[in-house]
Amino acid sequence: MDLRFTDEEIAFREEVRAFLRDNLPDDIRAKMIDGEHLNKPDLVRWTRILNAHGWAVPHWPQAHGGTGWGPMKQYIYLEESQKHPAPQPLPFGVNMVGPVIYTFGSEVQKQRFLPRIANLDDWWCQGFSEPGSGSDLASLKTRAVRDGDHYVVNGQKTWTTMAQHADWIFCLVRTDTAAKKQEGISFLLIDMRTPGIEVRPIRTIDGGSEINEVFFTDVRVPVENRVGEENKGWDYAKFLLGNERTNIARIGVSKQRVARIRELAALEMAGGRPLIEDERFREKLAAIEIDLKALEMTQLRVVAADAKRGNTGKPDPASSILKIKGSEIQQATTHLLMEVMGPYAAPYLPGHDDRWNEPSDVPDYAPQAAPNYFNNRKVSIYGGSNEIQKNIIAKAVLGL
Amino acid sequence: MDFDLSEEQSMLRDSLDRLLGDAYRFEDRRRFMAAPEGWSTDIWRQMAEMGLMALPFAEADGGIGGGPVETMIVMEALGKALSLEPYFATVVLGGGFLRLGGSAAQKAELVPQVADGSLRLAFGHTERQSRFDLASVTTTATRDGDGWVLSGSKSVVLHGDCADRIFVTARTAGGTADETGIGVFLVDARADGVSRRGYATQDGLRAAELTLDRVRVPADAVFGDPQDGLPLARRVVDQAIAALAAESVGVMGAMHALTVDYMKVRKQFGVPIGSFQVLQHKAVDMYVAIEQARSITLYATMMADSDDDAERARAMHAAKAEIGRGGRLVGENAIQIHGGVGMTAEYAVGHYFKRMTMIDVAFGHADHHLRELARAGGLFSAAA
Repeated sequence: MDLRFTDEEIAFREEVRAFLRDNLPDDIRAKMIDGEHLNKPDLVRWTRILNAHGWAVPHWPQAHGGTGWGPMKQYIYLEESQKHPAPQPLPFGVNMVGPVIYTFGSEVQKQRFLPRIANLDDWWCQGFSEPGSGSDLASLKTRAVRDGDHYVVNGQKTWTTMAQHADWIFCLVRTDTAAKKQEGISFLLIDMRTPGIEVRPIRTIDGGSEINEVFFTDVRVPVENRVGEENKGWDYAKFLLGNERTNIARIGVSKQRVARIRELAALEMAGGRPLIEDERFREKLAAIEIDLKALEMTQLRVVAADAKRGNTGKPDPASSILKIKGSEIQQATTHLLMEVMGPYAAPYLPGHDDRWNEPSDVPDYAPQAAPNYFNNRKVSIYGGSNEIQKNIIAKAVLGL
Repeated sequence: MDFDLSEEQSMLRDSLDRLLGDAYRFEDRRRFMAAPEGWSTDIWRQMAEMGLMALPFAEADGGIGGGPVETMIVMEALGKALSLEPYFATVVLGGGFLRLGGSAAQKAELVPQVADGSLRLAFGHTERQSRFDLASVTTTATRDGDGWVLSGSKSVVLHGDCADRIFVTARTAGGTADETGIGVFLVDARADGVSRRGYATQDGLRAAELTLDRVRVPADAVFGDPQDGLPLARRVVDQAIAALAAESVGVMGAMHALTVDYMKVRKQFGVPIGSFQVLQHKAVDMYVAIEQARSITLYATMMADSDDDAERARAMHAAKAEIGRGGRLVGENAIQIHGGVGMTAEYAVGHYFKRMTMIDVAFGHADHHLRELARAGGLFSAAA
């Protein structure tokens, strides 16, 4: 057992830090620090800077633009990127449909889609959940009926993040209604400009509308846009959902937020002294940090095992731990950050800078804290709710 | 010991629930929020006609002679309906200063106007450095002949945007955190030198940043002792905390009812999700938290009129801490059990959750009060 990073890994960490320092545009960095939502041009701009450097899809096979780094360097890069904080590349392309295409797709699909994912020429969204199929995803009903060399798709997807920006959507659809539910699903790639597709925004409690409903009415999809075999889509979905082994805990994000909590708690006064000197506040922060350090070690155990034994393709039960604990820490940090603001958590001021011409006592960093707390309630719900994750551990690990 | 409401109190609760149940459904609330004031002037008028604004004032002053229990009943109903109206700011806060600190002349002038719904009040106390400390005051009040000149800023003044007059704490003597040398003044929102910028709060209510630039106020703008107004402010805030505790019981109860209904109706894996034991236990945890909140609210309501400042303060610390923690548990579980739907603005549960979160922020989070209660020696004494 050796728990130290190698000299090469330490040097690599410095290289990543220097790159982010020198190449992340200042305006994007400022938005990330304040916890503000980025817009489409922001993410495209940053992704193309990364792609020009060869770092947009580091974890992909080298044949498709990956860097060839081992799991340890992949992890270091991800953590430094989240901590900086730099925006994460659009996960629907880079972490979800991209790996499905290079693992199960045809050569034509790989040539056509993979470079455009890396450069964010195509903005992808995910068509999985339906109003009646959340935790029970396999019960999905969106129907695809074969008609010559097309599928005709009818149905509805929901919670589709950023569909309003999307060029393409990857969809789980039902191609066999007679078979057992998991054995009648196919994986389709659908052009969002196809006639019959309607996107409707869903406003969320943080005031944003990053998610949408997507309606399909007689949408014709060429058969060559099906990934892999008909009725094998559930296998590809399981691969996609289980593939998220290093990103789900968002340890770098939580580290950045803890740093931000410390920074702002030194500015906010309580009883004439900075809040960070308040014992109860300090203890609450320390408790979160302990949890975060322990989770970081869990993450490194997963990464080191990958590095030593190679990715076996089987979902690691540690992934469920990372998701459960990682989400709890994200939620605890966003709540504590809101607490830092004291009474200034109350003002709802979207676009604060533009609204008032004169300065006010409301600190610039305060109005975003409560919306971020509200928005982060989703992290224990999405990606397989924490209840589902606990069921997985109980069954697959504990044999209950 | 009798926890039952009297017949009159039951009637008050039932008629208010009926009014709000008919006229304040979630779709109505959405409409009211979009109005220029951000609330319903029609509902306000109906509340006044029901006597709600007159409720806590003595009959001799033009009120109905209700007490903390009546306020508790009203606040719970307003919480259940997720009311946007400036009742708390006007009647509980502003009205509290009138009741507890007003002279006969001040009451005679102002109580009837509050009682008939024509006068709206607010209380500005928060300053940039104060966090939740009522004694932390840099706004100054300087003697000017018979009157005073006020200068300073107040932040997050609840319903300060629509208030006709605003109570403010201002320093007549001493340093920023001194407990003496603070006066309570009633400022006309349209006086020279008063400026305010209104905005929405995270829960859909309204507040304002208030600036006082050499605002001249007459002698009768002072409430209580201008050199020692902090005890009055503390007393008003203590009663306000009891009222917020009652509102939070309404808010939590509504979230719970929505959640249990959803669990019965929403099916996944072929069965209602309410059949899953894990979710059942979460719903029970919520239920226990709500009953604890209801009980601590009764305790706070009982203590609201106590003349024992220290004991009353401890009771309110306990209540605010309990509802803050319980409210967070109920709110977060309500969203979690609802899944994605709980995150949407279209559905009520998220709005209750945001209101509960802002109730926790007002006058100090749960942990602030936990700390204050601990410093004050707790609730139960050591064994003899």
